Amino acid sequence: MKLILNIWRQKSAGETGRMVRYELDKVSEHMSFLEMLDVLNEELILKGEDPVAFDHDCREGICGSCGFVINGIPHGPRRGTTVCQLHMRSFSDGDELFLEPWRAVAFPVQRDLCVDRSAFDRIIQAGGYVTAATGGAQDANSILIPKSCADQAMDAAACIGCGACVAACPNASASLFTGAKISHLGRLPQGQPERYDRALKMVAQANEELFGACSNIGECEAVCPKEIKLEVIAHMNTDFIKGAIVYREESSGGGAG
Amino acid sequence: MQLDARIPSGPIEQVWDKCKFDMKLVNPANKRKYTVIVVGTGLAGGAASATLAELGYNVKTFCFQDSPRRAHSIAAQGGINAAKNYQNDGDSIHRLFYDTVKGGDFRAREANVHRLAQISVNIIDQCVAQGVPFAREYGGLLSNRSFGGAQVSRTFYARGQTGQQLLLGAYQALERQIGAGNVEMHPRSEMLDLIVIDGRARGIVTRDLITGQIDTHIADAVVLGSGGYGNVFYLSTNAKGSNATAIWRAHKRGAYLANPCFTQIHPTCIPVSGDYQSKLTLMSESLRNDGRIWVPLKKGDKRSADQIPESERDYYLERKYPSFGNLVPRDVASRNAKQVCDEGRGVGETGLGVYLDFADAIKRLSQNGVKERYGNLFDMYERITGEDPYKVPMRIYPAIHYTMGGLWVDYHLMSTIPGLFVIGEANFSDHGANRLGASALMQGLADGYFVIPFTLGHYLASNKLDKVSSEHAEAKGAKEASVAQINKLLNIKGKRTVDSFHRELGKLVWEECGMARNAKGLSHAIQRIPEMREEFWKNVTVLGSGSEINQSLEKANRVADFFELGELMCKDALDRNESCGGHFREEYQTPEGEAQRDDENYSYAAAWEYKGLGKHELHKEPLTFDYVHPSQRSYK
Repeated sequence: MKLILNIWRQKSAGETGRMVRYELDKVSEHMSFLEMLDVLNEELILKGEDPVAFDHDCREGICGSCGFVINGIPHGPRRGTTVCQLHMRSFSDGDELFLEPWRAVAFPVQRDLCVDRSAFDRIIQAGGYVTAATGGAQDANSILIPKSCADQAMDAAACIGCGACVAACPNASASLFTGAKISHLGRLPQGQPERYDRALKMVAQANEELFGACSNIGECEAVCPKEIKLEVIAHMNTDFIKGAIVYREESSGGGAG
Repeated sequence: MQLDARIPSGPIEQVWDKCKFDMKLVNPANKRKYTVIVVGTGLAGGAASATLAELGYNVKTFCFQDSPRRAHSIAAQGGINAAKNYQNDGDSIHRLFYDTVKGGDFRAREANVHRLAQISVNIIDQCVAQGVPFAREYGGLLSNRSFGGAQVSRTFYARGQTGQQLLLGAYQALERQIGAGNVEMHPRSEMLDLIVIDGRARGIVTRDLITGQIDTHIADAVVLGSGGYGNVFYLSTNAKGSNATAIWRAHKRGAYLANPCFTQIHPTCIPVSGDYQSKLTLMSESLRNDGRIWVPLKKGDKRSADQIPESERDYYLERKYPSFGNLVPRDVASRNAKQVCDEGRGVGETGLGVYLDFADAIKRLSQNGVKERYGNLFDMYERITGEDPYKVPMRIYPAIHYTMGGLWVDYHLMSTIPGLFVIGEANFSDHGANRLGASALMQGLADGYFVIPFTLGHYLASNKLDKVSSEHAEAKGAKEASVAQINKLLNIKGKRTVDSFHRELGKLVWEECGMARNAKGLSHAIQRIPEMREEFWKNVTVLGSGSEINQSLEKANRVADFFELGELMCKDALDRNESCGGHFREEYQTPEGEAQRDDENYSYAAAWEYKGLGKHELHKEPLTFDYVHPSQRSYK
């Protein structure tokens, strides 16, 4: 099949970008979307033009590196599918596609379709963990966890941190991402001691990074390649409110002896 | 140089405890005076970074991805082994040890494998404490499954995303330490060289992949957890960015590389569909627990699967290996798939595929039951192939998946360069000639959480390290060499793309040094690779500059190393005149077509020393087996 591609080209963070039109022949329906871009890039290189930069690594939908907007939809038209697993059979001959990077203040464009998502790492740094230094753990079966809790925690933990939720949200909110981690750890006994504190800190960090607030639109859930449910945001809000009530300044009393 | 594996004497059950007690400790107040560099943030590197920082060392960690969470460990699906014996089915540390040595076809070091089996139980405890959502039974206990040729259920799993969940556990521990200021994290940074001063590893040269800036970083020790080199083959299940540059450049600085020809072919991958193919996708081999593998009995049978009656199907693994059936180890399953396809009985358009059929499992467990176990894998298959595996059998074919070879390390996981430690897939230590399923995650985390924190401390406590700076001649020299190579690549301005060279190399290595090898093919590859490499350095084109995001330049730098490593792989394969595990030399097979080892002459780890481009000297570390007696593996 033949495609018309309009791709956002921007040399670096400081420079102005623009859409550039390309035509590509001989696209096979069995190609993945990224393989189609590989073919375009090979053609561009041989013509002496800079190839399109895009992030990708595992190409099996789990590392979270890839992602851009195709015709207004993060990761493209197929539900529950990252762009690396999207195949060209989802498109038809003659389609015109518009490819853009994630658009959010917190995700500055670095080049073409690559953006800086380090804000997500900083949200995790703020509290997206269980404090459990190596070596001190008790036997793994000594705390029973109901299957339903483990399953629900796993549902939330499936987040790959790609950023599609932010790109889809009119407020560029990171609530689905943040809520997924709060929900994953908050549903497990191991996550309880830091549960409310975690919600306060992670939400504060998300605000600091200039992600917007959630207004329950649900675009994030619709585009999430791992189909993380909106309920994680409810979980986040509940923990945040409870956390706000019980919050006290940390005492600096020091230890005994 | 005489290779000394530094294995303490004594009964194998006590060796690690004895070693730990004998090792020197670094006083807590002194730990903060030391800086340690960790390259790679997968299970090994991420776990090591977090743990070393928890102990109080200053850690500088590097990864080429945009976030440490994206390291390729994340793609591991099936599970992680541990000798917990929670299922009361006769498992034990000794059995896991035994299975791993045997599964590795008697080419691994016994003491290392025993330690791995011992530590396996601590890993599960640690991961559960971090909040890893392993699968559970209704009563709340951890669930296990049998996996990859094991006759006990010792595999812990988190749906089909075990690697992801374990990595996120390590990543979160790492992020906690970054937030606390104990780890200085450098994402989008690629190691280009190792800095060796007075015979010790004292730092690395890196390139910032955003700005192109080349920097030197000085430390008291360097830990490489940079993964395997499967992308020599171009098509593999590795991530596109996975590369051998860190280990190869360390190798060129003096670290021996061991058993490079030991590569693992994974039997259950989605077959190649065309020339544009950029990578291969693995389907967890847990699928073999319930799926049945077959091909048509007749050659060239082009009927669709549902048109082929039961009596005209050949369930060849069940037929040839009645006691293990579809669960034979990976190398055996892969070779048999190749064999039936070579016979002309392969399925799919290319004839390079076999069926993995769930019809019986769906009858037995219902569609929902199958979905519960493998839903995400079935979805993935459907997304990639456009076929619904609930209705038609999956088609699978083997693909390169893991490399057992890697930098040679002693029992302390230190390479032949003092102060350079190598962990996870990047080293050669634990899997011999074939890795068992669900053992890579175990080894990565064992090395990172529970081995390196002790052995690295011992190294620091027992050696007086002079203060060095990035102004040292060796550091400046390494940096200049890296800059020079980048400028050279940018100035060739040839006519072929980097990918075209990489594909050509990969195809050759797959054909001559893949699932089956012979002296003629290997000699051909050894002659051909230097020619290709020469053309690469004359005719590759890399556009743009070195001072911006330049993905072609990143690839070119890596492919340059794959050419050199690919050549050494073929040399190693040619030198090893036996078949063992993943290394199958057609000249050496039993009458039944199984791998024929030669323990008398080849019971050693082959450690290659770099002697200039295309030149290597072989050093042998003899392997002795005092606990698991070498036998012909039999899965009949």
